[in-house]
Amino acid sequence: MIEAVWRIESARLIAGLARMMRDVGSAEELAQDALVAALEQWPESGVPRNPGAWLMAVAKRRAIDLIRRNERFEHKLGELGRELESEVEVEVEASDHGAALHDHIEDDLLRLVFVACHPVLSTEARVALTLRLLGGLTTDEIARAFLVPEATVAQRIVRAKRTLAKERVPFEVPEADERVARLPSVLEVVYLVFNEGYSATAGQDWLRPALCEEALRLGRILAELMPQESEVHGLVALMEIQASRLRTRTTPSGEPILLLDQDRARWDQLLIRRGLAALERASALDVMFGPYALQAAIAACHARARTPEETDWGRIAALYAILGRCTPSPVIELNRAVALSMAFGPDIGLDLVDELASEPALRTYHLLPSVRGDLLVKLGRADEARSEFERAASLTRSERERTLLAARAAECADRSTTGPSS
Amino acid sequence: MRCMIMIKADDATEAGVLPSEELLTAMGAYNEELVKAGVMLAGEGLHPSSKGVRVRFSATERTVVDGPFTETKELIAGFWLWQVRSMDEAIEWVKRCPNPTQGESEIEIRPVFEPDDFGPAFTPELREQEARLRAQSAETR
Repeated sequence: MIEAVWRIESARLIAGLARMMRDVGSAEELAQDALVAALEQWPESGVPRNPGAWLMAVAKRRAIDLIRRNERFEHKLGELGRELESEVEVEVEASDHGAALHDHIEDDLLRLVFVACHPVLSTEARVALTLRLLGGLTTDEIARAFLVPEATVAQRIVRAKRTLAKERVPFEVPEADERVARLPSVLEVVYLVFNEGYSATAGQDWLRPALCEEALRLGRILAELMPQESEVHGLVALMEIQASRLRTRTTPSGEPILLLDQDRARWDQLLIRRGLAALERASALDVMFGPYALQAAIAACHARARTPEETDWGRIAALYAILGRCTPSPVIELNRAVALSMAFGPDIGLDLVDELASEPALRTYHLLPSVRGDLLVKLGRADEARSEFERAASLTRSERERTLLAARAAECADRSTTGPSS
Repeated sequence: MRCMIMIKADDATEAGVLPSEELLTAMGAYNEELVKAGVMLAGEGLHPSSKGVRVRFSATERTVVDGPFTETKELIAGFWLWQVRSMDEAIEWVKRCPNPTQGESEIEIRPVFEPDDFGPAFTPELREQEARLRAQSAETR
């Protein structure tokens, strides 16, 4: 039960303390101390009626002690101590009246988000810190989810806190241009957590797939903290729609099932509806979609199609074109080629794929010959298709994929000896 | 995990008495809290059972029975669908809910059955392949 309270209260607790202490590291330690006090006292005294306020009061008293013990602050102490004490009283009282200090708490939470995802930190550190401070996960849980030793995560967090202190990262929400520049690093962290969970399935630790849920939850929280940011809703939409397919994307033995072969009846319609609603929020805020909203819009095209045949490939191709301008990448172009071929025929797709063949970034990318082979098969050019599949098979590092591609190559060989089949 | 949170009916909800403004405000604030915490997936209030209908099954027979239904305590007046990490978390959230009636009332928490979303063991190669398929983006997912 205490764990559940912690899960609900920890982020707000840490955020509030960080504002007081101007330091995320000591804020988290104080919050932890309060948790320890709860673990000691609640089993006997029972869970207080307002557990969040109880934890905050304990932590703030300790904060005052900490400041008092610190001699360097002695001269400031009188003032600050009195101020903090009255704040404790006020907040304990106010919390009985519910949402009195709400805006205050939300500002603190948003500050915590931007500090935990600050660019002075490595991506790994940002992920660990975000899950720890905002998700309320323990170091052990994070370690198990990311399949790394607990000590590694613990060290990442310690170092991250030290870096934030050393670089004197202020506890504040960046303004205007800086905010625009720093939002992507926040969204990246959330999406990274999502993908970490998305790439895993059970059999391993339950925590890996649960990362999708953590990421979704973080995304939903961010959407309420920053309701005016179109891309936040775009990211939420993307995650909701992708998560709607979680249960259909592998066979019971764990083999991936491609999108067009999935059982659409088992897609989670609740998540799809939520995703489409989030996408609408994004488009109401900004007619120019950012990369997350664009990817969500592509995912939405698939989600709206009740059968693969109903897919609006023309729209998908157009969205990939915009996405490609927004974040240029040959992989996006390759996807656009696939969409174009689905919309307008394999020859149109092949033209674009051929243009991409000279891209240095795709030179050893097995999906290029794999897609090319696929288009050639559709055009009845089995001989050429075979060499593409063989090339793709030689490039992939996955044994399973190699088998699949080799089988397709063999199929083409059969076809070319018996003459064109279509 | 997902939980369905069921608010039980009472004489007032069954009589179609609308909640007081005070309760509506408190419930509004609570709902907002749930949304801001990323917990709330869906939720609705239900009309009294007098507007409801039951279809009774007996072997191959189907009989339609109009409401109201008498066993008030077994009826529900509204529900939420929540995304939580544990039953404990759901309980903790429910405890924070304003009392939905003036007097005695009950809210029931039931975990939603989730079919085995994730197949058995996933080999390292498969994971690698999956990561690559992901890079191929929405097209192949």
